[in-house]
Amino acid sequence: MSTEIIHESPTLKGAAADYWSRVKAGDIGALPAILGLIALCGIFGAMSNVFLTPGNFANLLTQAAAVIVIAMGLVFVLLLGEIDLSAGYAAGVSGAVLVILITNHQVAWYIAFPISIAVGALLGFILGSLVARIGIPSFVVTLAAFLAFQGLLLLLAGEGGTIRIEDKTILAVENSNLSPLLSWVFFAVVSVVYVATGLNRLNTRRRAGLKTELVKLWVIKTASLLIITGGAVFALNVERSNNPQLVSLKGIPYVVPLILFLLAVGTFVLGRTAFGRHIYAVGGNAEAARRAGINVKRVRISAFVICSALAAIAGMIFASRQNSISPTTGGSSTLLYAVGAAVIGGTSLFGGKGKMRDAILGGLVVAVIDNGMGLLGYAAGIKFIVTGLVLLVSAGVDAVSRRGSSVG
Amino acid sequence: MSSPILSLRGINKSFGPVNVLKGVDFDTYAGKVTALVGDNGAGKSTLIKCIAGIYTPESGDFLFDGKKVEIHGPRDATELGIEIVYQDLALCDNLDIVHNMFLGREQKKGPVLNETSMEALARKTLDGLSVRTVKSIRQTVASLSGGQRQTVAIARAVLWNSKVVILDEPTAALGVAQTEQVLNLVRRLADNGLAVVLISHNLNDVFEVADNIAALYLGQMAAQVEKKDVKPQQVIELITTGKSAGVSGVNA
Repeated sequence: MSTEIIHESPTLKGAAADYWSRVKAGDIGALPAILGLIALCGIFGAMSNVFLTPGNFANLLTQAAAVIVIAMGLVFVLLLGEIDLSAGYAAGVSGAVLVILITNHQVAWYIAFPISIAVGALLGFILGSLVARIGIPSFVVTLAAFLAFQGLLLLLAGEGGTIRIEDKTILAVENSNLSPLLSWVFFAVVSVVYVATGLNRLNTRRRAGLKTELVKLWVIKTASLLIITGGAVFALNVERSNNPQLVSLKGIPYVVPLILFLLAVGTFVLGRTAFGRHIYAVGGNAEAARRAGINVKRVRISAFVICSALAAIAGMIFASRQNSISPTTGGSSTLLYAVGAAVIGGTSLFGGKGKMRDAILGGLVVAVIDNGMGLLGYAAGIKFIVTGLVLLVSAGVDAVSRRGSSVG
Repeated sequence: MSSPILSLRGINKSFGPVNVLKGVDFDTYAGKVTALVGDNGAGKSTLIKCIAGIYTPESGDFLFDGKKVEIHGPRDATELGIEIVYQDLALCDNLDIVHNMFLGREQKKGPVLNETSMEALARKTLDGLSVRTVKSIRQTVASLSGGQRQTVAIARAVLWNSKVVILDEPTAALGVAQTEQVLNLVRRLADNGLAVVLISHNLNDVFEVADNIAALYLGQMAAQVEKKDVKPQQVIELITTGKSAGVSGVNA
């Protein structure tokens, strides 16, 4: 029968028109965050001669890591239209559990780390149950938890206030690098998997006679992604130590593969599984999801569990970066930076819209502002104000695009 | 008339002291559009919620294909092949047409969603209903017009080999052209062999597509008659007074 379904946007111009219609429908995608990132790097690169050095680049990645991982968890909660204000201190508490097990009780890292993730998941389960089963607004539940977890962290850290960690594996995550050769091997493997996944998707859809993404566009996107990441690997493989004879610093920091692994798993769960689809559905229209037979309460609780479990992984990253856990770990601006990262990356505060990669893009934007302005010698106050403004702009774009999408 | 696919006999339902449905009989026929009309508060919504399994009547029988069945929850109704398209449509704006059509009943290949088979089936269903107004079935529902959203909601209901489709005021919020599209779609559903129940306040719509008309009046079935046997004026009398000269009511 004759349906007028368009099978392929025949040209790049058509694809651009498609993108514009998606923008008008409220889906701006990752483009603003990418352009912002490029602009910020250009500005700071021009103003500071340290900003664009490989050393600072590696530093930036390790600085951003913990916030990115917390933001990844927050994406799940934000997709439901909920918020988790306690994720920062959930990272602190889980990190404290990890460090206490390793330092005070000599537990091996590969046992202590899963335990700390389980502690995070338990915290998330409590939060999610209070929100989904009792019906307390997530803002209130997690605000209360923000205070309570802070207290818990104080109690765990105890008299001394700071617990050091000396486990080599945990410390390596933020402080050591893959060797340059391994870095290239890692890049090659990830690239092959990425390209193969994309080609496979295109082929499956074409075999089934469905509309496919414009091949030319896919090639351009994939090629530019590979060139940029390849350039990043090259930059990271340059010697960044001031004194290479004493200690050599080159290669991809270990935390990068960890984050890419979380990105891959999270993207798969959100995009390719029924559970992920249900998260979007509950965030879009909880009543519709309920009528479609989706267990809305279970979806809500799961999202909080995932959020806090990812925060526990961020807690490990904090411990690795600070070589210790203190009562302020995961406190101060951490949580707000993480929420900001997710929103700047394109995740909607109204629920139903967002991707895992938003956390990385937005996390990098936040880290670049923090790092760049620090290098230029601005005070912390100015940094907070600028980051706040960027967050406000992103949330504004989100709100305006949402208004554009609502059917009258 | 042929034997009904779904018959309700003597349905009683009350909320506290209020008897909302008083011994209602109601029949739906495969390949026919049955209009359910009645004033506000006549019990239309309560009746379809009983069919949907959302409410359980105090007494009365459901006969499906002549056999007595029990409907104690939405799942029972779905298993019998009864689908309901609610007035507020229950679509997720942020998901695309395919996602919405398969929401809660996704097709999977192992743990992974089988997008290609879902998209192909969604397309086949829309083609089968001769839906020509949707540009791409991968656009989000937010970008659709009211009539297109109604179309998606209806297409979702017929995706599951359903036998009875109940439409609650499908044209209430639509303009003239879109109302026409949806009514054509309603007619095609019946022509494809489904039993369609159309709840409507608009007698023009009712007389355009319905094969027979059931009028509820204060919780009682005033009459269920074939369209060719009545005039609009008589249906208005049934709705407003519960009886009309020349119409032999079921309970009148």
